[in-house]
Amino acid sequence: MLINVQNLKKEFITGEVVTKVLQGVSFSLNKGEFIAIMGPSGSGKSTLMHILGLLDRATFGKYEFEGVDVTTLGDDELALMRNEKIGFVFQSFNLLSRTNVLDNVKLPLTYSVKKINIEKRAREVLASVGLEHRLNYYTNQISGGEKQRVAIARALVNNPSVIFADEPTGNLDSKSGIQVMEILQRLNKEGNTIILVTHETYTAEHAERIIHVKDGLIVDDQRVSHRRWAKDGEILK
Amino acid sequence: MFDYYRQAIRISFVALLANKTRSFLTMLGIIIGVGAVIVIMAVGAGAQSLILAQIQSLGSNLVGVLPGNSGEDGPPTSAMGIVITTLTYDDAMALKLKKNVPNLEEVAAYSSAAATLEWGSNSFEGTLTGTTDGYLGVEGGEVESGRFFTKDEERNLSKVVVLGSEVKRDLFGDSEAIGQRIKIKKHYFEVIGIMKERGTVAFQDYDDKILAPIITVQKLIAGVHHIGMIRAKVDSPDNVDRAIEDIKITLRERHDITNQSGADDDFTARSAAQALDMITVITDALKYFLAAMAALSLLVGGIGIMNIMLVSVTERTREIGLRKAVGANNGNIMSQFLLEAITVTLFGGVIGIVCGIIISFVISVVANYLGYNWSFVVSFLSVFLAVGVSAIVGLVFGLYPAQKASRLEPVEALRYE
Repeated sequence: MLINVQNLKKEFITGEVVTKVLQGVSFSLNKGEFIAIMGPSGSGKSTLMHILGLLDRATFGKYEFEGVDVTTLGDDELALMRNEKIGFVFQSFNLLSRTNVLDNVKLPLTYSVKKINIEKRAREVLASVGLEHRLNYYTNQISGGEKQRVAIARALVNNPSVIFADEPTGNLDSKSGIQVMEILQRLNKEGNTIILVTHETYTAEHAERIIHVKDGLIVDDQRVSHRRWAKDGEILK
Repeated sequence: MFDYYRQAIRISFVALLANKTRSFLTMLGIIIGVGAVIVIMAVGAGAQSLILAQIQSLGSNLVGVLPGNSGEDGPPTSAMGIVITTLTYDDAMALKLKKNVPNLEEVAAYSSAAATLEWGSNSFEGTLTGTTDGYLGVEGGEVESGRFFTKDEERNLSKVVVLGSEVKRDLFGDSEAIGQRIKIKKHYFEVIGIMKERGTVAFQDYDDKILAPIITVQKLIAGVHHIGMIRAKVDSPDNVDRAIEDIKITLRERHDITNQSGADDDFTARSAAQALDMITVITDALKYFLAAMAALSLLVGGIGIMNIMLVSVTERTREIGLRKAVGANNGNIMSQFLLEAITVTLFGGVIGIVCGIIISFVISVVANYLGYNWSFVVSFLSVFLAVGVSAIVGLVFGLYPAQKASRLEPVEALRYE
């Protein structure tokens, strides 16, 4: 089991008001799975992703990542796990400005303690998302779809155990969105575990399993019966 | 790890270049501070060497005796404008005796009074210096025409004067001065000699001197019995300390002072070397005080840097969130922002040093052009101090913003709009 959460709760305290965002979430995920976490805005899906991605801590509950109880880890240990085990793709790309494509992809490796050839690895993953011709472009010189592919390359560069994609197509036109989904599906086929967070059923159906979150609880967790396959240039229905 | 630092340094340059005007204005505080420290230290050192050279030009084997007691390092009482009457002509004559102070080559006594010299319709206002025939031996200088007064003239109230070259020129122009009678108060003095032009030595202008026998000045012009000062020349710089001791013993005996510790002395005997030490202490203190004032502006510059770094942390909140998301720990973020602050201050420091050196150089060139023997000194210490202080300023004032950045929660930072 890659991820195992039991009765996960998250509360935000603003002044005297306690907001219960997650009210006891339990599920598990195996290596190589492609799941989608779906739900309307305010459902708690983003908070769940942040906790699963070790960016945030649960108020209560159990969370095991690759068998390690991560609820007891300190800030620096969490940073190290994010660095080595987790890749993020965000809706708004979050690329560094005034920095070229290659350096953006290198970023996670510069914080790594592992001794690998950073340059070679970064070029490798950029080639795998079809951006070998954009290495020295600055991030303001490339299109939205290319930006998201740079972000995917950055998520891949440290060879993570799981990739989190938070509304990865939300800021893209449909063609670029399809390209991104195609890459994610290919990466999954190659053995990568992917957790997609979205509010669109259409996007979610690219995954093999959908977890529906509503009001801080999992209301539904089942496999996709008619899975969508993204192919560059055409929209499959 | 190497790549991390390379990237961190690159990022700090990118961040600085992204806001060129802002970075420059931020640096300006440091540039001015560092530049001011360098200039003040250099000008201080130049002025100090100028003063010391002036005093040294008199010779290091001169000894001065002033009326009134003063501590080892303190200024003589007479420097405060208080008139003390404990020193007399006979004291000076006693010092001249070999049995009292064997190492003295020559002794001169001084007593001065303000005076107006009149020759026909011309007049010259200056200071009439009454002295003894030992004057030339102590002070140096040459008589250009005529002669200096003799021991007899010194003793028998002769009304004779020896004029500095400037006095002669002002009073007589191109006319012959030797043998002329000039009026001082209600007395007529005969001009017997003109001194050769000598200029300013140890802050004394020798060309506007009006020299007359000391007793004549005391009795006829100033109406006093005491003298202002004794100066003596020791045969060798090595014997200065011994000569001073002998002078003290002689004067204590003459003034009926039994306490040999010096506490009851009514005079002060010092060598030029001691005066040099004293002036060095004073100018050093002044120099470091000014440098400290300049360093204060570095503090102000540092506050400017803290301010800008805080703005930068806020502006780059999302970037910080992203970096944390991809695995940067608190230390990574902290060192990145510290590095940025230090880069700003070091850069400002280097520019400040260059500006400071250029300004100091220009000052020395101008001073030399104006005729001062001004040396261009930029000490390694001041450069080291300036760089060190600016790096420390960056470190100290960058610390708080860097810490603030490192403590941002990754989720909060990523959510920041």
